[in-house]
Amino acid sequence: MGPTGARFGSADEVAALLKRVSYLSDEMTAGSVYLADRLGKPVLIEGPAGTGKTELAKSVAAATGTRLIRLQCYEGLDEGKALYEWDYRKQLLRLQSRAEGASWQETESDLFSEDFLLTRPLLEAIRATEPVVLLIDEVDRLDVETEALLLEVLSDYQVSIPELGTITARQVPLVFLTSNGSRELSEALKRRCLFLHLDYPSIEREREIVLTRVPEISDHLATQITRIVHALRDLDLKKRPSVSETLDWARTLLLIGVEDIESNHLQETMHVLLKYSSDIRKAQGSLSDLTR
Amino acid sequence: MLKTLAGLVAELRAVGIPVSPTEHIDAAAALRHTALEDRPAVRAALATTLVKNPDHLRAFTTVFDLYFAGRRGDLSPSSSAASTVESSSSPPEGEGMLGGMSDGELGEMLYRAIRDRDRVMMRAIAAQLVTRHSNFEPGRRVAGVYYMSRALAAANLSAILDRLSADSSDEGGAYLTQRERDERIAEFRTELQTEIRDRLVADRGPEDVARVLRAPLPEDVDFLSASGKDAAAIREALKPLARKLAARLARRRRTHRDAPLDFRATLRKSLSTGGIPVELVHRKPHPSRPDLIVLADISGSVATFAAFTLQLVFALRTEFARVRTWAFVDGIDEVTELLEHSDNVAEATYRINYGSSKVRLFGGSDYGFALRTFARDWGDEIRSTSTVLILGDARNNYLAPRDESLATVAKRARHLYWLNPEPASRWNTGDSIMDRYAQHCDAVFECRNIRQLTQFIDLLE
Repeated sequence: MGPTGARFGSADEVAALLKRVSYLSDEMTAGSVYLADRLGKPVLIEGPAGTGKTELAKSVAAATGTRLIRLQCYEGLDEGKALYEWDYRKQLLRLQSRAEGASWQETESDLFSEDFLLTRPLLEAIRATEPVVLLIDEVDRLDVETEALLLEVLSDYQVSIPELGTITARQVPLVFLTSNGSRELSEALKRRCLFLHLDYPSIEREREIVLTRVPEISDHLATQITRIVHALRDLDLKKRPSVSETLDWARTLLLIGVEDIESNHLQETMHVLLKYSSDIRKAQGSLSDLTR
Repeated sequence: MLKTLAGLVAELRAVGIPVSPTEHIDAAAALRHTALEDRPAVRAALATTLVKNPDHLRAFTTVFDLYFAGRRGDLSPSSSAASTVESSSSPPEGEGMLGGMSDGELGEMLYRAIRDRDRVMMRAIAAQLVTRHSNFEPGRRVAGVYYMSRALAAANLSAILDRLSADSSDEGGAYLTQRERDERIAEFRTELQTEIRDRLVADRGPEDVARVLRAPLPEDVDFLSASGKDAAAIREALKPLARKLAARLARRRRTHRDAPLDFRATLRKSLSTGGIPVELVHRKPHPSRPDLIVLADISGSVATFAAFTLQLVFALRTEFARVRTWAFVDGIDEVTELLEHSDNVAEATYRINYGSSKVRLFGGSDYGFALRTFARDWGDEIRSTSTVLILGDARNNYLAPRDESLATVAKRARHLYWLNPEPASRWNTGDSIMDRYAQHCDAVFECRNIRQLTQFIDLLE
C-alpha cells in the first residue's frame, strides 16, 4: 500500500474547506472524511436519496482541488466496465495485419501491452500519479458477485491484471462509495469501509444549507421553507422531499418573487417537492397547519 | 484507552451490534487521530469505524453515552461518585440560583428554557428537578423509570405544552408548529433521562446499569411480547425492509445464469468483431412470480405477529403475481380488499377482529373449522402456482383439528408454509397441535422476530 495521504490537518479543517465550496458538513461527516484520509480507508455513505451523498464526494474533490474519477454502478456492470478491458477490436486488427513470418511470442507480447489496454475508472484511479478522489456511486445496484470485484481495489489499492502483473497505487486515492440502501451490502465490503449515515438534516442545518446555497433568499423565507419541508417529511409519503428538492423549491419561490408563503403558493409549486399525485393529495389534506 | 475501547466493543457486542476485530483495530487507529477530550469527535470517530448499519446507530449512541457517563463533563453531579449524591455534587452552572428558587419559579424557568431551546438551562433544570423530586437514594434497587416518573410529574410538561400552543395561536408570541413543540418537549425528556442515568451509573457502576437498560435491537424484539414502544420500533424497521426484500427478490428472478443461448443476438453482436462471436448473448430469463395466499390467525394472542407479517407481505405485493389474504379466529373471511384500502395494517387487523365480520364468532381460535371452511368455499382459488402461507400458533383450544382439510389445501398448492410466532420449544404443549398440522406442510418455521421473518421471505420463490 502506498503512503496514506495527509490532505487535512484536522476534522475542523475539513469542515472549513467544505464550507468554502458551499457544503455544510456536520461533525460526523467532517470526522469521517478526515479519518478516511488519515487511515487510508474508503468511506461508505448510506442514506435516503437526495441528502448530499454524491455531493459530498464532489465537494471534497473541489475543496482539495483534485480530480474526481467517477464510477456509476448499475446492474450488470462488470470487470470490463469497472476495472480494465483489452481492446479486442484493435487486437484483432493487429492479428490480421500481422507481418508474415513474425514469431508467435513477439505477437503475443505485443498484443498484451499497454497499447491495447482500455483503463476504466478503478484502474485509472489506481494508476493516477497525482492525488485523486474516486467516487463509486450507488454500489447497492451492483450484483453481489460484482461487489467482490471492489474488494481488492478498496483494501489494498491494487489491481491484478494476469497478463501485466499487479498494479499498485502510487498514491492512496480518497474513495467514497454511496448507497441508497436498496439492499444490504456484503459484510466484507462494509468491514473495509468507514461508515457514514447521511440522513435528512435537522431544521436548523437545512435552513443553513438553504441560506448557503441560495444566497439571495431572505431569512424569513428560508425558515418558512424548511419548516414546511420538515412537516411534509413527517407525513407518510411515497417519496419524501429531499434536500436537493428543498433547494429547487427555494429557487422556484425566489424566481416567482414570493416573500411570504401563502397556501396558494404552496398549491402552485407543490410539484417541485412532491413527485407523486397521491403524495400531493395527501399533503394538501394537511396544508392548513403548514402555512400561517 | 485501549482497555476502555475493548470494554465498549464488548458492550456493543452484548447488545447485538456485530463488531469484527478489523473494525476494532480501525477504531483504535482512528482514536490516534482524534482529540480524546473532544467527546463528540470521539463519538464520531467510533461510530464511523464500529457501526455499519444505520439501524444500529441509536443503540450505539445509548451504549456510548452510558459507557462514558462517568466521564461526562465536569458540569454534572455524577462526576463525583460519592455516597450521598446530593451533598457532594459539585453544583452545575446556575444551580446556586436555581437551588434557591421555589417550584413555581423553577417551572417558569423551564417553560422559558423549552421555548427558547436553551439546552444548557434545560440540563441544569433537569438536574435540579431530579435532586428535588426524584427522592434519589443511593444503593436503592429501583429502576430508573421510577425516578423518571417522579421527576416528570414535577416538571408538569403537559401544562408547558398547553402554554406553548396558547402562545403560538397568539399573534405576538413566538410561533412554533405542533411538531417543534413536541420536539422540544422530547428534548427535555432526554435531558432528564440522561441526568437520571448518570446518577444511577455513578451509584452502581456502568456495567450494572447497562444490564438494566440494555434494550434489544428492533430486529430481535419478540413479536408476541412487544410493548407499544417496541411495536413502533418494529414498524419503523419494517419500512425499509420491505423495499430491500423486494429489490432482492426481483434481482434474483432476473439473473438466472443458465438461460439458453440466444443465437440470433449472438450472431448480430459478432458482426462488430469480424464475425467472431467474442461475446455470447443469453435469452432473458422468464420471471416467475408466485401468487401468495395468506391465512392469518388474528385472535388476540397472536394479533401483533399477524399484523406485522401482513404488513410486510403487503408491502411486497409488487413482487408477487397476486396476494390474497384470509383472516380467521373461529370463522374465516377474505380481507384482501380491506387491507388494500387501509394505510395501517395493524389497525385494520384490529378492526376486523373486533368489528362485525364473519371472522370472529365466539372468541377462541378454531383452526379446524377455519381450515374446513376455507377448503370448502375457496379451495378452487388455489392454483398450482400458489404458495399458501399460514400464520398462527396452532393452539386449537382442544377443538377438532380437521387436518384432512389442510391436506386438501396442501395437495392443490405448490408450497404450504406455516409460520409460528411461538418458540419451537413450546410447540405441542397444552392445546398446541403443531405437529399434527406440520405433517402436511412443506415446512414450519419459528418466526418470533424480524430477523427470522426476513430469513423466511428470502426463501420464498
